[in-house]
Amino acid sequence: MTASSLKVGVQLRLAAGDFQALLDALASRGYRVMGPTLEDGQMIYGEIGKVADLPVGWTAFQEGGSFRLEPRPDQAFFGFAVGQQSWKQFLWPPHQTLYQVQRQGAGFHVIPGAEAVPKFAFLGVRACELAAMAVQDQVFLQGPHVDPTYKARREQAFIVALNCGHQDPGVCFCASLGTGPRAAAGYDLALTEVLRGQEHFFVVEIGTMRGADLIRELPERIATPEEVDAAARVVAAVAGNMGRGLDTTDIKELFYANYEHPRWDEVAARCLNCGNCTMVCPTCFCHTLEDSLNLTGVAGERQRRLDSCFSVDFSYLHGGSIRTSPKSRYRQWLTHKLATWIDQFGCSGCVGCGRCITWCPVGIDLTEEVRAIRETAAGVRKE
Amino acid sequence: MTAKLPDPMLPTPFVVQKVKRETSDTYTLDLSRADGPTNFAFAPGQFNMLYAFGAGEVPISISGDPAVPKTLVHTVRDVGNVTRAICRLKRGEVLGVRGPFGVPWPVDRVAGEDVLIIAGGLGLAPLRPALYHLLQHRGEFGNIELIYGARTPKDLLYPKELERWRGRFDLRVHVTVDSAADDWRSNVGVVTKIIDRARFDPPSTVALICGPGVMMRFTVLELMSHGLTPEQIYVSMERNMKCGIGLCGHCQWGPYFVCKDGPVYRFDRIKDWFDRREV
Repeated sequence: MTASSLKVGVQLRLAAGDFQALLDALASRGYRVMGPTLEDGQMIYGEIGKVADLPVGWTAFQEGGSFRLEPRPDQAFFGFAVGQQSWKQFLWPPHQTLYQVQRQGAGFHVIPGAEAVPKFAFLGVRACELAAMAVQDQVFLQGPHVDPTYKARREQAFIVALNCGHQDPGVCFCASLGTGPRAAAGYDLALTEVLRGQEHFFVVEIGTMRGADLIRELPERIATPEEVDAAARVVAAVAGNMGRGLDTTDIKELFYANYEHPRWDEVAARCLNCGNCTMVCPTCFCHTLEDSLNLTGVAGERQRRLDSCFSVDFSYLHGGSIRTSPKSRYRQWLTHKLATWIDQFGCSGCVGCGRCITWCPVGIDLTEEVRAIRETAAGVRKE
Repeated sequence: MTAKLPDPMLPTPFVVQKVKRETSDTYTLDLSRADGPTNFAFAPGQFNMLYAFGAGEVPISISGDPAVPKTLVHTVRDVGNVTRAICRLKRGEVLGVRGPFGVPWPVDRVAGEDVLIIAGGLGLAPLRPALYHLLQHRGEFGNIELIYGARTPKDLLYPKELERWRGRFDLRVHVTVDSAADDWRSNVGVVTKIIDRARFDPPSTVALICGPGVMMRFTVLELMSHGLTPEQIYVSMERNMKCGIGLCGHCQWGPYFVCKDGPVYRFDRIKDWFDRREV
């Protein structure tokens, strides 16, 4: 293929049988390719060296509090939505040593931590997850202080997006938020998986020149209009089949005006305050800093680790915590995610991936909570 | 390629030059840099993250004079593991400092106004730098009234300094305590009760308030009953803080990160959140 024909926006056809060439091309450029894989009956993000590492022929059914892996009738590579993990664990490691500290006479000496930045290629990044990265970019890159770990990892990462083709998006609601199911921006290459009869291929859209350079060496050809159309239909079918939706009209005002809505008590009675939703959320960024000393008392370190606003300790101030009731902690999480986040970062903290619904042990569904508050909101509530 | 830690996350070692016991559980520490000359510029109302070796880190307001950057001064109350470790430091020992952080008192934007400084308990510590600044630029302001309440006479911070301030003709000092023995010659009662004694012209007054939540709540109400508007009132808020730079999320208060959007807020901007519980 001529170099000049490979421009941003060009769509190519890559046969499923040639997919290994894409993995090899990434590996040959020094990328650690991470993607969905099955391990111990779970679907996680792990190293992908060969096509067989992907959950080929598997699908996942998700509902509130439930994630079920089942075989598919076909050999789809990406025939599921998202699993419990998100890419944030690679871009912002949940445990990191910030510095080590060594006693020296009456004082101490601080040794800053430094780490080699892994060069990741993320394979199969859904539109909602691209949106989540854009949200975390706002948090870690656009404020007065830039997070250097996130920045370095983010800049190096090669992103192979995947336009969603899963036909049972039970907990998804990206379509209602405009964050999916089609990847709009923020990728080097974007795939759409097409399966029809015996035919199995990917339509690959070039997102950056870096993506174009990589794909040049693959055995692909320009996709025909008919193939491009087939790919578009796959995504359109998902968009029309979302299991859930979230109405974000004036949502900030809705939350600010309903701080004492009775629904908060109701949801708090179900919520276990386990913090699962914050751990699986691809945008939740709250973290804590922990100091420790070794047994000799002369050397210690400071760790940064992911934290959750669901712990009582999170808001501890001398004498007690600010948010003592489970209700206040659930309210803090959801209000932050959907309302105060807008004031803080100019965007919503929710991208519609549905993880917090699936991985909530009691199946609390934020779209349902928002609907319940909206239906009986202060001002329109009938007494 | 390696990622370097952001400088604001690295503590700078400071040596304890002097420890002064203020009350039974509160100490004032004079600090200077361990590794060179000290030139710690800050604005009144800002805070630092203080690190006690191995124990942890806490946000503490700077209580010294902004015009004397060669000494960093903190007043710390022993209320937990880290503050206890800091309060037990001796002269010559070292702690870590990150900062200064946060939005300061608006002392450079209130020329010509009467200024009410209203403190409850340890709340005088973050207000003392503001008072130093006002007194150094005394001619620029109208009346300056310090209104200070503590639990008992023994809980008053900076008693000698209070006496010196009391002796000045260009500053009026009003002190009250919640309870006292018979030998106490001054006011008894909550701080809101002595706001009446202060001389100020409500339309051209600003109030700077720092103290426990309930004290600030009633002080704001009292000031509004004297005709001050929310735009004339500033409060300093307190929350759990870990990073100090608006990234860790612990100090969230509604839409605000108290470490970077505060701790000092003009009241009209936060009044919708101020009275809400468990935010």
